[in-house]
Amino acid sequence: MTSETESKEKTQKPIVPYLRLGATPDEKAYLWGSKCRACGTAYLGKRMACAKCFAVDDFDEIRFGEYGTLRTFSIVHQSLPGIEVPFIAAVVDLPEGAAVRANIGGIEPDPDKLVPLLGKKLQMYTEKLREDKEGNDVIGYRFRPAQA
Amino acid sequence: MKPARDVYVIGVGMVKYGRYPEKTVIDIASEAVIVALKDAGVTMKDIQMVASGNLSGPVGQQIMRSVGQTGVPVVNVANACATGSTACREAYMSVASGAFDVAMAVGSEQMGKAGLLGAGRYTAMDPAYMPEGVIGSQMMPAVFSQWGIDHARKYGTTFEDFARVAYKNHKNSVHNPYAQYQQEFSMEEIMNARMVSWPNTLYMCCPTGDGAGVVIYASAEKARQFGSKTVKAAASILTSDPWTETGDAILDINQCTRLAAKEAWETSGVGPEDMDVVELHDCFATAEMVHYENLGLAPDGQGPKYLKEGKFDIGGKTAVNASGGLLSRGHPLGATGCCGIAEIVWQLRGESGGRQQPNAKAGLAHVIGLTSACTINVFTK
Repeated sequence: MTSETESKEKTQKPIVPYLRLGATPDEKAYLWGSKCRACGTAYLGKRMACAKCFAVDDFDEIRFGEYGTLRTFSIVHQSLPGIEVPFIAAVVDLPEGAAVRANIGGIEPDPDKLVPLLGKKLQMYTEKLREDKEGNDVIGYRFRPAQA
Repeated sequence: MKPARDVYVIGVGMVKYGRYPEKTVIDIASEAVIVALKDAGVTMKDIQMVASGNLSGPVGQQIMRSVGQTGVPVVNVANACATGSTACREAYMSVASGAFDVAMAVGSEQMGKAGLLGAGRYTAMDPAYMPEGVIGSQMMPAVFSQWGIDHARKYGTTFEDFARVAYKNHKNSVHNPYAQYQQEFSMEEIMNARMVSWPNTLYMCCPTGDGAGVVIYASAEKARQFGSKTVKAAASILTSDPWTETGDAILDINQCTRLAAKEAWETSGVGPEDMDVVELHDCFATAEMVHYENLGLAPDGQGPKYLKEGKFDIGGKTAVNASGGLLSRGHPLGATGCCGIAEIVWQLRGESGGRQQPNAKAGLAHVIGLTSACTINVFTK
């Protein structure tokens, strides 16, 4: 394949390196990371060393599951120009041991609805956020309340 | 760090925080230096080392060109919001180690109306890949709001609890002529103000602005020689954030503070129960709430109750942010750390006027810088 034809092909790209898109349209995207072989600590994405136990170059790749729990959130009403508000900024605990920053979707930005969701189960989903300068689809992830 | 010898603050100075478009940051810093030199009863000839904290650039030598070019070592320090307090620690260590007998920390910043801070490092990339607003938020209001709601998850802390922090600090600011805003607000006004990042409304967020503060440290011998009013610098601690399980998702403000507090008590020999006055890092109302407990001023989960009972009011067990805190006094980044220390020094000297905590004998100034840094400076009479 020449670089010319490659540039004409529209591709999907993850917004962050620790989000891996499926190889085929049927395969779900997932968050991936590194697990320290010495102490078991999990991290998002690639690591050179373990910040907890200081082991170096001793990691297994880990695939995070699609569920997490809501650790904390804020409803952001004021942001930089071009950023749509309000949005729900959150920290989601992953059962494999790390935590991830994410927007919460599928629920109104209402404290009365979100406070009861603290500590509750969430499910990850992906969506196209926008297109980059080269016309690729930029894919992001969010979490929403998991079905009971 | 264990000091090799005792260190004293012999002079402090600050300029009223505000917006000074007609001045340069060198002008503002120089004014504070001159106030502090007079307060200590010394001149630039007596200063053997200078640490300058400023986040926009290495301005230390420029300040020297304005106030006195003595050729002494000048160190320029940057440590996010803990820049000024890190400069203070550099000056403190210079004296504590025995390397110098008199050292000065200058904190300065000219921000104007800088607006929201954080997330700026993404501006160089294709904006389509900017995670801010679609992969949560790394902006300061959201980060500190989320630490407040983390407290709410554990202890049921409410919007009203957080608003009460701002009510107290704005009320205190009325008595501080150095504060950027000296205005009291009712709980209703605070809670009904424009929402910035729930649960922090506009009056629960610190303003940006211009300012400077200076702290001069000396050995016991030099302090006696100058005849300065002295307050003992009993500990000057700096920590970075230890590993936490949430580290990939949010910058820590709790563990670095708890670690610094532990080291501060070990070094100074005083404890949280001895603190009559505390200036802590209330960049947002939610931040102050978690630091009551991080600093041991309240048992875990009891911060909201202690606040409501008036334990942190002027005249209470520990007057917290009697100056009005960052919420009212303002937060010109590089200046903040020096000015929190200046307030504690004035309190221990009994010079805080209408905001004076009666019989203040011991206190601390705490600062958080996000990346993460925490400083705790403990002072005793």
